[in-house]
Formats: sequence, C-alpha cells, structure tokens
Amino acid sequence: MRKIKREDIINTVKNLYMEAAVSLPNDVCEALLKAYEREEGISKEILSQIIENQKIAWEDKIPLCQDTGLAVIFVEWGVEVLYEEGDPIEAFNEGVRLAVKEGYLRASVVDDPIFERKNTKDNTPCIVHFELVKGNKVKIILAPKGAGSENMSALRMLKPAQGLKGVKDFVIETVKNAGGNPCPPIIVGVGVGGNFEKSAILAKKAVLRKVGQPNKNPAYAKLERELLDEINRLNIGPMGIGGNTTALAVHIEYAPCHIASLPVAVNIQCHSARHKEAEI
Amino acid sequence: MKRIKIETPLTDETIEKLKAGDIVLINGYVYTARDAAHKKLIEMINNGELLPFDLKGQIIYYVGPTPAPPGKVIGSAGPTTSSRMDSYTPLLLSLGVKGMIGKGGRSSEVIEAIKKYKAVYFLATGGAGALLSRHIISAEEIAFSELGPESIKKLLLKDFPAIVAIDSQGGNIFS
Repeated sequence: MRKIKREDIINTVKNLYMEAAVSLPNDVCEALLKAYEREEGISKEILSQIIENQKIAWEDKIPLCQDTGLAVIFVEWGVEVLYEEGDPIEAFNEGVRLAVKEGYLRASVVDDPIFERKNTKDNTPCIVHFELVKGNKVKIILAPKGAGSENMSALRMLKPAQGLKGVKDFVIETVKNAGGNPCPPIIVGVGVGGNFEKSAILAKKAVLRKVGQPNKNPAYAKLERELLDEINRLNIGPMGIGGNTTALAVHIEYAPCHIASLPVAVNIQCHSARHKEAEI
Repeated sequence: MKRIKIETPLTDETIEKLKAGDIVLINGYVYTARDAAHKKLIEMINNGELLPFDLKGQIIYYVGPTPAPPGKVIGSAGPTTSSRMDSYTPLLLSLGVKGMIGKGGRSSEVIEAIKKYKAVYFLATGGAGALLSRHIISAEEIAFSELGPESIKKLLLKDFPAIVAIDSQGGNIFS
C-alpha cells in the first residue's frame, strides 16, 4: 500500500482549480482559432474577443469567466492507495476553499436549492465522482462547470424503438433549445445507455475528451460527425447571433443498458471548456 | 467594423439611433444585478420602499463578478444568461430602466416591453470576463452585500464592447 497525505490532496486540488480558472486546454484554443478563421462579421468579432480573453486571463491571472463554476472532480483512486486522515472528500473541499480564496474565484454555491439559497461563501461543497482503479496512484481531473451551459443540459429516457433517430432528435432538440444561452461555440457531451445516472456521468465525461478526438467505435464516431454537421447547420453561431460554428465538437460515450431502456443525456459545455488533471 | 460610442444614462435620442447588430462601446455608470438582486428589487418596489439607485435612464448589467485581486478594481466580469431575469424585466422597464447588458435571447414579453418603453438590450460576449474587466474602471458595492457576488454594484465603464441585440423598434439579432 502507498500512503497519500491530506496535504497532497489539498495542494493538488487547489493548484488545479486555480490554473483551470485562468487557462484553457490547448485543444480548445486550437478549435477556437479554427472557428475564428471560418466565421465572418460580428460572429468573427465575438470569437476574436474570446481568443483575446484567453491571453488577458493568463497575463492578468484573472479568471477566463466570472462563473468559475461548481468544482466537478473526477477521481481515479488506485486500490493500493491508503488514506489515513479521515474523510478524503473533506480534503477535496479544503483544496477548493483555498483555491477560491487565493485565486480570487467566485463563490457560486448556495446551501439549499429551494428554501434558503444562502451562499456558502467559499464555493464548497464540490462535486466528487470516485472511481476505484488498479494501481497505487490517485488521478484527479478537475473541471469547473459554469451554470450557463449546465442549465441547458438535459436527460431523457427514450424507448428502445426510438433508436438512432430518437437519440439524434433529442441531441439536436437540446442544442436548439439552448440557443445562445450556453455561450456557443459549445462542446456537446452525449452519454447513451447505462441507466438514468450513468448516462449523465458519461455525458459529463464525454465533454472532457480532447476536442474532436473521435469515439473509438466507428459507428459512434460517424454519429458524432453527423451530429456535429447538423448542429453547425442550425445557424445558432457564436453567442447565438448566427454563424457556422455552434459547436466545436460532439463527443459520445456509451454503455450497455437494460433491454427496456435507451437513456440519453446531453451535457452542454460552453467555450470556456476548462479542465486540468494531475496524478498524486 | 464600425463602433458607436454611447454614454449612460441613456437618452431616447441615443436609443432611437441604435439598431440590432450595431457594435457599441458603452461609457459611464451601469448597475449590476442578477437573479437574487432582481428578486429583492421587485420586493422593494412592491413594498413601496426607496430603491438603492434611481432607475431612470440606467443600464442594468447582468453580472456576478469574481472578487477583485489586489491592485484591480474588479475580477472577471462577463455577462450571465439574461432569460433568467425575464420575469422581472418588464416592471423595471416600466419604471425607467433603459438598457440591459447580458447574454442569450429574451422572452416575447421582454421584447414587447423594450419596444413599449423605448429601451435596448445589449449582448456582451459570455465567457470573456477577463477582457471585459479591463473596460471597468471603478466598482462600488451599493446594496445587498449579503448576496456576495450577487450584490448590486455601481460600475464605471470605459469603451465596454457590446452588440445591440434587441433595439427599441424590436429589431432582434437572435431572430
């Protein structure tokens, strides 16, 4: 067994969150540059601001977006890793708390969704998804997720008879309904199969894939291409004002499901597709 | 592309000239308010209380900025989704608010109110909060500090870039 310390988790989470808030992954930057080249008029103007914004965020160490999100953390915890300092979730929250304080990030969490809606003032609790894996390492992927795009996401339990067409229609309908609200150009993460909650997790994981990297299964890769083409013909465009670039990519993840089910989840990601990962 | 400089508070004369699709540079004071601040403002109006600022001719910016780091007046400060404020907007327009800055489309009720009260809705680039923060030269919290990032702040803008999304004749960049 290999021991890891509370302090290591705290520092890793803190650094990942602070870095993710001010810098975009290279693949996202490249996709935005390509979009800039193919747009015209005001749509091009908007993309030039988005690209300029990345430089300013990095130079000034000011968050790319004022919505520094809920901190969504995927953890791949090796079964040979031992943690002896209590509840590991507490350490993840402490890392988030410090990042918010030291990185001047926004406190965007309320304690109770319906009644009090009182701001917790430190952006905790974060959302942690644990997965046990082989080995003696802990991999942490931190993705700050803003509400503008999260609010436009949707999940539907289709009938198996609706099949491919049902899945396509639901993805297109979700993107159409979202319009300019989720800050296009977006990344569309689709989770198909599993069950109710599994499809949502798959959709969120799909968003984190390197932009434009196709699914390994050729049938799903083809579906990704078809959906991307169709979405980019909707003329929603950057910030919803029209144009050829509504989405930078469509990523689909799938899993086996019940004979009676066809769950589909669509997680919409804004152009500020922030995520960082590290291993302890 | 041509950019039109405008000053706040907005006059009818300025508003009448603005057409959907125009790029503007906004100068002067604007007031921030998001969901929670709107809810409180409407409650105060319904109770006949004195509001934290005079609504006449003003622009409301839908933003909840990140905290200002040392040496800066404000943190990242881009627009939030305007449609969440749709149910509150017609009343505020009827009381003299002349402009809003946000992102995304508006409801048909808001579009009608924009025409009726001769107002304008500006689109700023969502997710460009770092860039937009450079166009905010002062920030002062004036109400609802308990709301944290959702408090009402008075911002002084300098050449703040935005697009006329819905004009006073109902011209709409989203349709």
